[in-house]
Amino acid sequence: MLAFFVHRLGQALVVMFVISLLSFSIQDNLGDPLRELVGQSVSEAERQQLREAMGLNDPFVNQYGRFLKKALQGDLGDSYFFKRPALGVILEKLPATLELVLGATLIILLLSVPVGVYCAINPRSWFSKLMMGVSIVGISIPVFLTAIMLIYLFSIHLGWLPSFGRGETLLIWGGYETGLLTADGLRHLLLPSIALSSIMLPLFIRLIRSEMMEVLEQEYIRFAWARGLKRQRIWFLHALKNTLLPVITVGGVQIGTMIAYTILTERVFQWPGMGFLFLEAVNRVDTPLIIAYLIVVGLIFVVTNTLVDLIYGLVNPTVRLTRGNA
Amino acid sequence: MALLEVRNLEVKFPLRQGELTALRDVSFSLDPGERLGIVGESGAGKSVAAFAILNLIGRPGYIAGGQVLFEGRDLSRLSATELRHIRGNRISMIFQDPMMTLNPVLTIGTQMIESLQAHRAISYTEARTLAIEKLRTVSIPSPDARIDQYPHELSGGMRQRVVIAIALLTDPTIIIADEPTTALDVTIQAEIMELLLALCENFSVALILITHDLGVVAQVTQRAIVMYAGRIVEEGATRSIIDSARHPYTQGLINALPERTRPGERLNQIPGLMPSLLDIPAGCAFHPRCPHTLTVCRFEVPDYSGSAQRRVACHWAGAHGEVL
Ligand SMILES: Nc1ncnc2c1ncn2[C@@H]1O[C@H](COP(=O)(O)OP(=O)(O)OP(=O)(O)O)[C@@H](O)[C@H]1O
Ligand SMILES: [Mg+2]
Repeated sequence: MLAFFVHRLGQALVVMFVISLLSFSIQDNLGDPLRELVGQSVSEAERQQLREAMGLNDPFVNQYGRFLKKALQGDLGDSYFFKRPALGVILEKLPATLELVLGATLIILLLSVPVGVYCAINPRSWFSKLMMGVSIVGISIPVFLTAIMLIYLFSIHLGWLPSFGRGETLLIWGGYETGLLTADGLRHLLLPSIALSSIMLPLFIRLIRSEMMEVLEQEYIRFAWARGLKRQRIWFLHALKNTLLPVITVGGVQIGTMIAYTILTERVFQWPGMGFLFLEAVNRVDTPLIIAYLIVVGLIFVVTNTLVDLIYGLVNPTVRLTRGNA
Repeated sequence: MALLEVRNLEVKFPLRQGELTALRDVSFSLDPGERLGIVGESGAGKSVAAFAILNLIGRPGYIAGGQVLFEGRDLSRLSATELRHIRGNRISMIFQDPMMTLNPVLTIGTQMIESLQAHRAISYTEARTLAIEKLRTVSIPSPDARIDQYPHELSGGMRQRVVIAIALLTDPTIIIADEPTTALDVTIQAEIMELLLALCENFSVALILITHDLGVVAQVTQRAIVMYAGRIVEEGATRSIIDSARHPYTQGLINALPERTRPGERLNQIPGLMPSLLDIPAGCAFHPRCPHTLTVCRFEVPDYSGSAQRRVACHWAGAHGEVL
């Protein structure tokens, strides 16, 4: 177990190092930060002076070393636009994004497992065929289109659900802004979560269905039938447990990828999360904020993947975490 | 009354290339405590016959005709629950490959206890005690530790012992063993076979043993059935089949036994291959490979001659027959 953590920590450090290097090196390609920092009226001489003072003329390695040293202390520089520490600005928006991902994940888990299992057990029923058709369509419709259709239907046409913002939020744990504790917040969460899950949900249904169908053909399932076990036990214990193993691995990575889709979803629903902020930061060439975003997202990736490996190791007895290659 | 009686069983697989008849007109019976061998080359339909008894044929196969009577009851007329209480309870199965038979993500104990609890109103603790006892019966060392292990922590031989223990858990009247040692290391094959034989004798369980190996059949069984291309071609007491085989196919199998071959010589394999069941030759299915083919063999499917105890389906044997 300890070896597993040390191994994972090592991997995580390498990944984070690469992310930091990448995000830092894009900063030169994003336009002139000075233009954002100071107005048009400042003379070229003054600009040069400012550049020198900010260290923008130093060699790349020096700049990166300076950046890394500060980053390790949690200082990713001040946002040019907000004039506050970029990391703080990002972290304020983290709860909104996390809750959006959580909402989507819940929808995916609660629906994909029963539907996928049903389709695997009854591949010829009309419901299974319908689901297979619908899921293909679902995968191919872009998130923003789904979002717009949802808004049109449920907000504009039916008027049931709000279409933008987080609604009423509460501050808990001294600064964590949650929308999960108010009815209004939950209502606001619904449409964006559905939109965000719209690609992954059909993907998961299909994944679970095909994995489970494969498992149901295995010899040990036939043996379970020959032993006279109840079919519920064969389906929901023997088959499902073996189905979920590969699903956890693939699924974990996909949930990480979902962070990327939040950018679009947050944009359409005016959801005040990190993705929305990131788009604004790109428009304003707010380099420290962009870098802070990339690093926080990278960190979330690394953490989810480690968690997924942990869970996989717990469910699959043939994997020993101590070997470190889990 | 026979314990198990299979009557004119016919199994088909509707496939894209056409309908495949995996079993045709298969009839045999099994008495309490009797040990019956089913031999034949790969693809002869032995496994299909075994699974058909428990109505567990893999999709898209189905029983197209015939009956399976267990203690006089037609299994195809039972409800799902009644059938479930025969599977694994009165009739147990042992599969070929112990690496694939046990569920990899559940402990041996879980799989043994659930087998018991599926058929008995029994507490977890009682079931566990019984399971440990059965593991001891099949000579698994330190069973109270082994029971909490996962299948991958055991060797192939140990796993097959576990499977045998599971088969015995519910004190069945019949065990169907489908090539129970083929997947194992040669050195432990005999060991496992002896264990199975001893257990069947001690607990007077009837055994249907499916195998390629006539040698094993001679060792373990009292009666034998020889199958070719989905049909029984010869049946009789094992001794009689080995000592005076009537069907050229059976004779070929016996000649191919390693004991019949002088060291350094090649095995006397029967020339040719068994036909695909999708494309069975007209007449006797064996005629293209038969050393004694008569004209009638090409046109007419041979009927059985002899008695129910000792029968053969062969025109040549019928014509040249000393009385069976
Ligand atoms: N699920 C299936 N789908 C299609 N055809 C099948 C299926 N199962 C069996 N068959 C057909 O039935 C025939 C007999 O198969 P079976 O498994 O009974 O052979 P066997 O005698 O047990 O051979 P082996 O010694 O290799 O186990 C095969 O040739 C195959 O064509
Ligand atoms: Mg077989």
